[in-house]
Amino acid sequence: MAEVLVLVDHVDGAVRKPTLELLTIARRIGEPVAVHLGAGADTAASTLGEYGATRVLAADAPEFGGYLVVPKVDALEQAVEAVGPVAVLVPSSAEGKEIAARLAVRLGSGLITDAVDLEAGDDGPVATQSAFAAAFTVKSRVTNGVPVITVKPNSAAPEAASAAGAVEPLEVSFGDAAKGTKVVSRTPRESTGRPELTEAAIVVSGGRGVNGAENFHVVESLADSLGAAVGASRAAVDAGWYPHTNQVGQTGKTVSPQLYIAAGISGAIQHRAGMQTSKTIVAINKDAEAPIFDLVDYGVVGDLFQVLPQLTEEVESRKG
Amino acid sequence: MSLRIVVCVKYVPDATGDRHFAEDRTTDREAVDGLLSELDEYAVEQALQIKEANGGEAEITVLTMGGDDAKDALRKALSMGADKAVHVNDEALHGTDVLGTSLVLAKAVEHVGYDLVVCGMASTDGTMGVLPAILAERLGTPQVTLLSEVAVADGKVTGRRDGDAASEQLEASLPAVVSVTDQSGEARYPSFKGIMAAKKKPVEALELSDLGVDASAVGLEGSWTAVDGVTERPARTAGTIVKDEGEGGKQLAEYLAGQKFI
Ligand SMILES: Cc1cc2nc3c(=O)[nH]c(=O)nc-3n(C[C@H](O)[C@H](O)[C@H](O)COP(=O)(O)OP(=O)(O)OC[C@H]3O[C@@H](n4cnc5c(N)ncnc54)[C@H](O)[C@@H]3O)c2cc1C
Ligand SMILES: Nc1ncnc2c1ncn2[C@@H]1O[C@H](COP(=O)(O)O)[C@@H](O)[C@H]1O
Repeated sequence: MAEVLVLVDHVDGAVRKPTLELLTIARRIGEPVAVHLGAGADTAASTLGEYGATRVLAADAPEFGGYLVVPKVDALEQAVEAVGPVAVLVPSSAEGKEIAARLAVRLGSGLITDAVDLEAGDDGPVATQSAFAAAFTVKSRVTNGVPVITVKPNSAAPEAASAAGAVEPLEVSFGDAAKGTKVVSRTPRESTGRPELTEAAIVVSGGRGVNGAENFHVVESLADSLGAAVGASRAAVDAGWYPHTNQVGQTGKTVSPQLYIAAGISGAIQHRAGMQTSKTIVAINKDAEAPIFDLVDYGVVGDLFQVLPQLTEEVESRKG
Repeated sequence: MSLRIVVCVKYVPDATGDRHFAEDRTTDREAVDGLLSELDEYAVEQALQIKEANGGEAEITVLTMGGDDAKDALRKALSMGADKAVHVNDEALHGTDVLGTSLVLAKAVEHVGYDLVVCGMASTDGTMGVLPAILAERLGTPQVTLLSEVAVADGKVTGRRDGDAASEQLEASLPAVVSVTDQSGEARYPSFKGIMAAKKKPVEALELSDLGVDASAVGLEGSWTAVDGVTERPARTAGTIVKDEGEGGKQLAEYLAGQKFI
């Protein structure tokens, strides 16, 4: 059967959820073969096998952590040569997209980024993408070479499907460009203990209306009562009230949770770009004319400092 | 030594306008007013700051590939302070994908001559965010991308890349391709003097033949992806809106409970 390469996103062998989604999606097209770069392949292999990876091609080298992007392109290119896949799927992270893009150039392949769904088609995989701040849905496909496609988080529910997940070493030789950009130092992000923004079932976001870093606890308390991730508008991030990693929107994260709660956010097009595809949308804003209300399933016109604490209390008491 | 900086800027349909696709399923660039992509203003800004930090010893060329109107993007960048402009404009370019665009821009960058190429983090219409990486691949230079901080000194570019998992300090030798994010610092507004001066700055117009790019490698025909369908997302059905009269939080809780969220 035809094989599909899936680049694994992991932290020292702890496989991140979007990779499990990719393996699930890959099975619609062929047999998934995982490519694991860096340490921890043996740990990762059992999870990867559980979600359908027949083989895990593994390579580890100091270059992967020591230099930006290119060493991974070299490795993935050599995995493609070794396997001859019908498609290459890569997680749509910033790094994933750059790896995929350079790979596509080398393979002479068409490139599709930020797919939100993927199906098998008569002429190869058909990707669904969102365009113009999610106002449009586009179906597209690669017409030349081995399709290279990056897929956004939350594009499918991961489904287990047991496969061998046998680890096989991948021999990698690095080209001249591999050591072009040195990673001089790396400071890992501290975990907040809250769900990942892009993976969470519920997201509670605060905007300029939160009016200060010291007030963000009203957003956080509601999020914690719901087991939700915390997001922020760019206005709140630019003001220094919340970290940029939590920004929702065009230049932040795209989220598509079951429930999105926007508090003190006006609903500018660039913010909508990142949350418009959420299943249920709720907003709290004191301005009845705020454009965010055009999107909502339920909206409360009011002061977030009244509404959020009352809601949090109500959620807590219903939990009993 | 004077530093040769090329800034890649794109002319895009205004995001606050009614953006849509044309009949051939390419982005409609006629019906909606365009502008210099806001995210490329950050690239122009960083180029200007690098020049200033280099004691003014740099020449900044802004480069765009686009139709006639794209010269507005060049004018804006020139009025911010760039020195000269290059406009690649050719009928055959309509519908070019990112691989074709990068091919043309790589040739144009080489035509101009460069030590440093500065790009935005993504174009606001296509939002792929991959062109800078591809440009580096094609030019065979290091890619130092998605920087929220950048500096150039002693033939090296350094910068900070804030990723999801970690924040990284990067370093590469020139020549290099960098891209900067919207966290890199607000872009300046053109001054009146800048706007007047921009009118006299040179804009070089190039066609594909000037760059030795074959028309078959670009355009809709040369694109390695095909769009089979475009559908407008149905407008969300109007929701319930209540005014908080003291019970707003409780009413919202009631709604969320009804939807099984709590
Ligand atoms: C290229 C580009 C990229 C961008 N990318 C992003 C992005 O990724 N994400 C993003 O969010 N934005 C982005 N923006 C910015 C975007 O255009 C808006 O400026 C931003 O989203 C506004 O944030 P806001 O809604 O929090 O602030 P505002 O628009 O100022 O809205 C604040 C809202 O809070 C309400 N409010 C105030 N006080 C209270 C209160 N006590 N209780 C209840 N409501 C209250 C007000 O009525 C108002 O509606 C981008 C812009 C550009 C040009
Ligand atoms: N047609 C173009 N002309 C000049 N620069 C471009 C063009 N398209 C993209 N770019 C540059 O590449 C960056 C990323 O674009 P993209 O990969 O299309 O999101 C932009 O911010 C620009 O700096």
